[in-house]
Amino acid sequence: MKIQSAASERHVLNVTVDNEPGILAKITGLFTARGYNIDSLTVADISDDHAISRITVVTNGPPEVIDQIEAQLERLVPVHGVTDLTTAGPHVERELALIKVSGKGDARVEALRVADIFRASVVDTTTESFVFELTGAPDKIDSFIALMRGLGLVEVGRSGVVGMIRGAAGA
Amino acid sequence: MECLVDQEVEFVFGYPGGAVLPIYDELFGEERIRHILVRHEAGAAHAAEGYARATGKPGVVLVTSGPGATNAVTGIADAFMDSIPMVVITGQVPTALIGTDAFQEADTVGITRHCTKHNYLVKDPADLKATLEEAFRIATTGRPGPVVVDIPKDVQIAVPSESRASKLTASHRYAPQMAAPAEQIIEAVDMLAGAERPIFYTGGGVINSGPEATELLRQLQDMTGAPVTSTLMGLGCFANTHPDWLGMLGMHGTFEANMAMNRADVMVCIGARFDDRVTGRLDAFSPDSTKIHVDIDRSSINKNVPVDLGIVGDCATVLGQMIEAWGQRKAQDLGEWKARIAGWRARECLAYPEKSKKNPDAIMPQKAVERLYALTKDRSPIITTEVGQHQMWAAQYFGFDKPNKWLTSGGLGTMGYGMPAAIGAQLGHPDALVIDIAGEASIQMNIQELGTASQYRLPIKVFILNNEYMGMVRQWQELTYESRYSNSYSDSLPDFVALAEAYGWKGIRIQDEKDLDAGILSMMEYDGPVIVDCCVAADANCLPMIPSGAAHTEMLLYGDQVDGTMDDEAKALV
Repeated sequence: MKIQSAASERHVLNVTVDNEPGILAKITGLFTARGYNIDSLTVADISDDHAISRITVVTNGPPEVIDQIEAQLERLVPVHGVTDLTTAGPHVERELALIKVSGKGDARVEALRVADIFRASVVDTTTESFVFELTGAPDKIDSFIALMRGLGLVEVGRSGVVGMIRGAAGA
Repeated sequence: MECLVDQEVEFVFGYPGGAVLPIYDELFGEERIRHILVRHEAGAAHAAEGYARATGKPGVVLVTSGPGATNAVTGIADAFMDSIPMVVITGQVPTALIGTDAFQEADTVGITRHCTKHNYLVKDPADLKATLEEAFRIATTGRPGPVVVDIPKDVQIAVPSESRASKLTASHRYAPQMAAPAEQIIEAVDMLAGAERPIFYTGGGVINSGPEATELLRQLQDMTGAPVTSTLMGLGCFANTHPDWLGMLGMHGTFEANMAMNRADVMVCIGARFDDRVTGRLDAFSPDSTKIHVDIDRSSINKNVPVDLGIVGDCATVLGQMIEAWGQRKAQDLGEWKARIAGWRARECLAYPEKSKKNPDAIMPQKAVERLYALTKDRSPIITTEVGQHQMWAAQYFGFDKPNKWLTSGGLGTMGYGMPAAIGAQLGHPDALVIDIAGEASIQMNIQELGTASQYRLPIKVFILNNEYMGMVRQWQELTYESRYSNSYSDSLPDFVALAEAYGWKGIRIQDEKDLDAGILSMMEYDGPVIVDCCVAADANCLPMIPSGAAHTEMLLYGDQVDGTMDDEAKALV
């Protein structure tokens, strides 16, 4: 039995939804039920009256699957609109990470030096640990974490990606 | 209750229970809405579907929390797959008890999240009216579907304070696109006008769009001369008596419909969704055609089959636009194409042996359906079915020339659909002849609804093609598993005639072909519900058939040799 696979592309989708109970379950359930991938997902209320939320989903799949994901999302009643940042043109992506590193002596000094290069800030410290806060594109965070692995990495928390189209126009 | 009256609800199909007692108390003495008490909540959902499909109006279901809601889930999922407008009101435990594993509590909204078009848990009484209004709007517009409104018992009792307006009142969201952009219409009409081998591939969307869509389809066909095929769900959107009607397509479709799909150069798909039962092997599906797909649901376009022109819009609206754009054009000479189709027709794919090999005295099931059609067609009956061989035989040998006369579970394939659906259809059309063409296995899945028909004096007819097997399973076992009939024999069958009589129905048994016509006539003449137990040949197979994993051009017809086994890849397909 052949299981088909096609070349996969990474896409960042912004989904604007009514902020109502169950909407997140609806969206994540749609991805599981139809076998789509979720690489990261963030959600927060973005309007004054708490009526609208923005969900950013990073997914991957062949172009026709990405198109289906958008169509299936738009079919949900509480979904106002879907913007595919990857096809919409130039855009920024940012992610926030908290990274805890423990160590003494040279490793500790080196960790602080690397953090400085990456413009990570220290948000907590003890005599043998730091918690760094780092904001950036996902690959920048990936490389910072890779460097910290040799310097006493304890744990990592990442927010997942949020993104926005460059320029004056809104999505 | 006032909301339901506002929505012009005539019937509510339901079953009472603890968490809906306040609503049932309101129903007591209510004269504007008739409550139909079913015998099982699954019956309520299918009856609502039958009512909706026969009348075009939304079906309304009222069930209690917990088991009431979970029993209705199959019907909800069925309505979702077949795009049937339905509003299901479920009781829920009081808001304070939600999440405590209270008696008869189930997470109805969670359970139905992915088999409804939308669903709600109403926690604030002030939201109830607006929620119900939106529920009806969502269920009936765009691509229709089921909507669940879960109402906790305390919300049912509460009197909403007039001071606080609901958040839901301004419904900015959800606006289905009805008309298509003019340039798409022109492109479509140009493609169609330039076609040498065009075909209309039509589906349930044409019927859901309303009777106008059926009329417009017939007009556009008349202008273009292109032949028409239809899916199981679309039967009736085009007249079966028309010379350009090819019959149903797909797994058990006609040879001519499938061959024409395969060889066409322009395919216009209207309100169908390229289901696997239709396409057969995808890489061999209509390889040389330019494909136009009209659908109100954008997610149906390019889902299974990539198309050249996807048009999002309502079938009737888009058909009207296409007719206007066609204007005074003259149709191409399709003589050569029609001649090829005539050649495929001459293969007579629906021919079947006069007698069964194993039991030469038995009635052939195809013959039974043919006679049923011949004797009832003047009364333009509404036909419902269960799921299996009898369903396909009904689709093949019964003819439909009008929409909303053919009610069957297509997408989900739910056994036990037919009798409750017939109940719903009969309520919607009290004077119509409503017949459930059933199998002896399927009918037992919602057999309890015999009582519902008796109670409301609904003269529905259940015509059982009794071959003592789950015939479609047996057929697949014969074709794929070397006739190892694992658990497909219908053992310990009830005496259907006695069963009918026990419920106050009339029971008729037909065992001999010479009694077939008389049996059907006495079924029609009886003013009340009838079960006909028509004993048919057990070894008859439903052909023609595209085996799993095969292409449209690889149909099995009567007389073909089948080796009785398949490779693992074919077995993995359904």
